[in-house]
Amino acid sequence: MSEKVVNLEINGRGFQAREGMTILEVAKREGIPIPTLCHHDALEPVGACRLCMVEITHPNWRGWKGLVTACLYPVEEGLQVTTESQEIHQVRKTILDLLLARCPDAPYIQKVAAEHGVTATSFKKNEVQTVCILCGLCVRVCAVKGCNAIGTARRGIRREIAAPFGMPPPDCIGCTSCAHICPTDAIPWEDVNGVRKIWDQEFEMVRCVSCGRPIMPVTQLEFEAKRAGISPDYMTTCPACSQQKTLETIRTAFTIKRPASEDAVEAAS
Amino acid sequence: MRINSVKSLTRAAGRARGERKRLETEVLVCAGTGCLANGSMDVAEAFLGAIRRRKLEARLKLGFKTTGCHGFCEKGPLVIIQPQGIFYKGVKAKDVKEIVDQTLLKGQVIQRLLYRDPNTKQRVEQYAEIPFYSKQHRIALRNIGKIDPKCIDDCLAVGGYTGLAKALTEMKPTEVIDAVTESGLRGRGGGGFPTGRKWKTCREAEDPTKYVLCNADEGDPGAFMDRSICEGDPHAVLEGMVIGAWAVGASKGYIYVREEYPLAVKHLQAAIEQARERGFLGDDILGTGFSYDVQIARGGGAFVCGESSALMKSVAGEVGEPRAKYVHSVIRGLYDKPTVLNNVETWANVPWIITEGAAAFASLGTKKSTGTKTFSLVGKVKNTGLVEVPMGITLREIIYDIGGGIIKNRPFKGVQTGGPSGGCLPEGKLDLPVDFDTLTEAGSMMGSGGMIVMDDRTCMVDVARYFLKFLVDESCGKCVPCREGVHQLHQTVNDICAGNGRPGDLERIEALSDVVVKASLCALGKSAPNPILSTLRYFREEYEAHINDRKCPAGVCRNLFTFRISPEICNGCGLCAKSCPVDCIAGEKKEVHVIDASVCTRCGACRNVCPTDAVEVI
Ligand SMILES: Cc1cc2nc3c(=O)[nH]c(=O)nc-3n(C[C@H](O)[C@H](O)[C@H](O)COP(=O)(O)O)c2cc1C
Ligand code: FES
Repeated sequence: MSEKVVNLEINGRGFQAREGMTILEVAKREGIPIPTLCHHDALEPVGACRLCMVEITHPNWRGWKGLVTACLYPVEEGLQVTTESQEIHQVRKTILDLLLARCPDAPYIQKVAAEHGVTATSFKKNEVQTVCILCGLCVRVCAVKGCNAIGTARRGIRREIAAPFGMPPPDCIGCTSCAHICPTDAIPWEDVNGVRKIWDQEFEMVRCVSCGRPIMPVTQLEFEAKRAGISPDYMTTCPACSQQKTLETIRTAFTIKRPASEDAVEAAS
Repeated sequence: MRINSVKSLTRAAGRARGERKRLETEVLVCAGTGCLANGSMDVAEAFLGAIRRRKLEARLKLGFKTTGCHGFCEKGPLVIIQPQGIFYKGVKAKDVKEIVDQTLLKGQVIQRLLYRDPNTKQRVEQYAEIPFYSKQHRIALRNIGKIDPKCIDDCLAVGGYTGLAKALTEMKPTEVIDAVTESGLRGRGGGGFPTGRKWKTCREAEDPTKYVLCNADEGDPGAFMDRSICEGDPHAVLEGMVIGAWAVGASKGYIYVREEYPLAVKHLQAAIEQARERGFLGDDILGTGFSYDVQIARGGGAFVCGESSALMKSVAGEVGEPRAKYVHSVIRGLYDKPTVLNNVETWANVPWIITEGAAAFASLGTKKSTGTKTFSLVGKVKNTGLVEVPMGITLREIIYDIGGGIIKNRPFKGVQTGGPSGGCLPEGKLDLPVDFDTLTEAGSMMGSGGMIVMDDRTCMVDVARYFLKFLVDESCGKCVPCREGVHQLHQTVNDICAGNGRPGDLERIEALSDVVVKASLCALGKSAPNPILSTLRYFREEYEAHINDRKCPAGVCRNLFTFRISPEICNGCGLCAKSCPVDCIAGEKKEVHVIDASVCTRCGACRNVCPTDAVEVI
C-alpha cells in the first residue's frame, strides 16, 4: 500500500488515511459503523453481499454521486462519504429482505435483518431454502489456509458452496476454519470419539500426549507442520496442556532457582 | 513468404490482385454458419466437382471460393456470381448443374433462384439492388462475403494490413490514438465507451507490461455479428489488434472466443498462423522491430464471461466472475497489468479508420455516435439477417426498408434492442435515430446489436419474462441483488403470466428493480431489470390487463385468454380444423367453425393458419 496520506470526509467529519485503504477500513478505525456480511479483516474483500454500500461524491465530480461498496472502494484525496441515508437504508433493507427469502430460518440473518427493521421477508420464499448466504468467507479462508478444498459451483440462484464434483474434497484437512468463519453456521461438522466429520469425510484425530483428548485431525497436523517447516511431534500437546506445562515450568523456575531455559527444554522433550 | 517492409506488402498485394484480375468469372458460395447449416458445403462441393470435371477453370477463367456470411442467412445457401453480381438464394447441390449450364456457360440468369422482394413481388437479379443490402453501409463487414477468410492473399488483395503498415511506419503510437479518438469510435460491445480514451489511459499507465485483448464472447441469444466477423474476416480483427497494441505499447494479447463458435475459432487460428508466417504478428512485425503476438483463449460460453473483468479472470484460468472495477482494467486488468479490451467489431473498424482517415469515419453517423453499427435483425421481419448501417438511421428504416416490414404485414408492436438486458421500444419510437445515447434515453440500449422485431401477437409481459429467465440463468450468483433480486423479479413476472399477479406487483417490481440497478456488482445485474422496466414504461396497460383483468390481450399467456372464431369473419375454409392438434374445432365446409374452449390448449395453430384472421383472442 502506498505511503501517501489522503484527506477524506465521512459523514461530514474529516479524516486522514493512507491512500488505497478501503472506506470500510477507515470507518472501522474511526468507529463509524457500516454493516457487512461478506467481509473479514483477514481476507480479501469481494463485494458479494452489498450490505456495506455507502454513498460517495467528490468536489471535482460536478455533483455526481453514487453508491459503492465500502469494503472495496479505495479512498482518495477529497473523497466525501455518507454512510447513512434513506437510499442506503432502502438498499440494505432490500438486501436483507432478499436474504430472508433465501434463508428464513437463519438466526443470524434474522437478527441482522431485524436490526435494519426487517422482521419478515416481503418476497416469496425461495423454493430451496438454506442457511448459506453465499458470502464466500469459507472459500476464501480455505484458500488462505492454502488448501483450496472447497469452492463455488453452478451459477445464479443455483450457486452453492461445494467440494469439487460434489465428492468429499480430497484437499480438505478437516481444520473447520470454514465452519468457524461462517456467519450463519451453515457448514455442519462434529467431533465424535476421536473422529472429526466435515464435508462428508471422516478424519482421525491426533490425541494430546498428556491428556489424551483429541486435538486436531492427523491430516491437519501434517499439513500445518509441513507449512511451518517443523516436525509434527512438536504439535502433539493440546493447547490446554501446553498452557498447563508452561505454567508449571514458570512456577518451578521461580521456586527452585534454576535457569528457566533448561526447564523449557525439559518440558518440551 | 515473410513480408518485411511496406514495399514488399504492396508487392504481395499487387500479386494477389493480379491473380484475381486474371479471372473472368468468380463463383462465391457463402460458407457462413447459417448457410453451412442449410447445406452450403454440398453446394460448394458440387461446384468444385463440376469445375474439375468440365475443366471450367481454364475454359472460363473461372475462380471459385467459399466466403464468410453475407448476412442474409435466412435465404441461404447463397451463391454469388461476379462480376455480374448475380445473387442466387436457397441454392441446392442439385441446382449447380443448371447454374453452370445456364449462367456460367450461357450467361443466362435463372429466375427461380433469384430473390423475390416480399413487398413488390419482383425478382431481383443484382446483389446490390436487393433492398436488404442497398441501404447498408459496410465498414466492419467490408470484406465479408467477398474474400475467402482462410486465405491471407485474398485478404491482402482487398487491402488487408495496409492500415497496419501505415500505423507502424507513418504514425507514432500517440498519433494512432489521436486518430481513433478523432474518429469518435465507441466500443461496439455494448458500453459504447470511447475507444481512443481507453487506449490513451492504458498507454499512460505506468506498468510497462500491457495487454491488448479482443472480446469475442458474444453471449447474447440470437446475436451473431462478432461471430460472422471472426468467421468471415478474421484478419481485420487481427490487424486492428496489432494497431491497438502498437498504440498502447502491448506485446501480447488474447482473443477470447466461446467454444460454441468452432468455425470462428478455426478461422481465427488459421489467420493467426498465416499472419505470423507473413510477419504481421509475432516478432519484428513488417520489419519495424515492433513485436506483438496473439493467442486464442477459449471460453465455456457463459454470458457473464463477456463482462470485461470476468473475461480477464477466465483468460487467466480463474473462475469467470466479475469483480468491482473501482480500479479500471486499463490500469489493472489481465494479470493485474494495464489492459485494453475491445469488442470484435470495434477492432474490425480500426484498420479502416487508419487507412481511410478519422474524418471519413466521423463523417458517418451522428455527432456522438460516429460510423456504422452491425445488427442482427431477427424476429417478425420479412428479411432477417446481419446488417450494417450508419449510426443515426431510424429504427423504421432498419425494420421496414432493410427488414422489409413485418411478416404477413401484421401490425408492429415493439422492437427489442441491446441484447437480453436491453429494452423494448414501441411504435411511437420507430423514428428515433439509432445511436448510443438516444437508445439509452428511450429506456433501451445499443448493446452489442441484437434487434428483435415483434408483432401484435407478442405479449410484452411474456417477453420480459423470457429475458429475465435468461438473466437468472446467466447471473454468476456472486452478489445478492443480482442473484436473489433478479430471481425474485422473474418469479413475480412468472406469476403475472400465469394469472397469479397481485395488486401492487408492479410497484414492488419497480422498487426492487431500483435496488438491483443500484447495488449489483457488475453491469449484468445493473442492467438486468431493463426488460421489465422498459416494457413497464411503454406497455404498462398490458401488465395491468394481466393482473387486474386476468387477460393476456396478445393471446400468449395460456391461462389468461381463450380463442374464439368470429362468425362474422370466418369463411369456413376449414384450415383451422385441420391444423388443430387436439381436434377441438368443428364446422362444415363453407360454414362458420367453432372452437370447443374446454378442450383447446391455446397453442395458436389455428390463429396462425387462418387466412382471414377470424381467430380472436377473448
Ligand atoms: C454481462 C455482460 C456481458 C457482456 N458480453 C460482451 C460480449 O459478449 N462481447 C463484448 O464485446 N462485450 C461484452 N460486454 C461488454 C464488455 O464488458 C466490455 O465493455 C467490452 O468488451 C469492451 O469493448 P468495447 O469498448 O470495444 O465495446 C459484456 C458486458 C456485460 C456486463
Ligand atoms: S461487506 Fe462489502 S459487499 Fe459484503
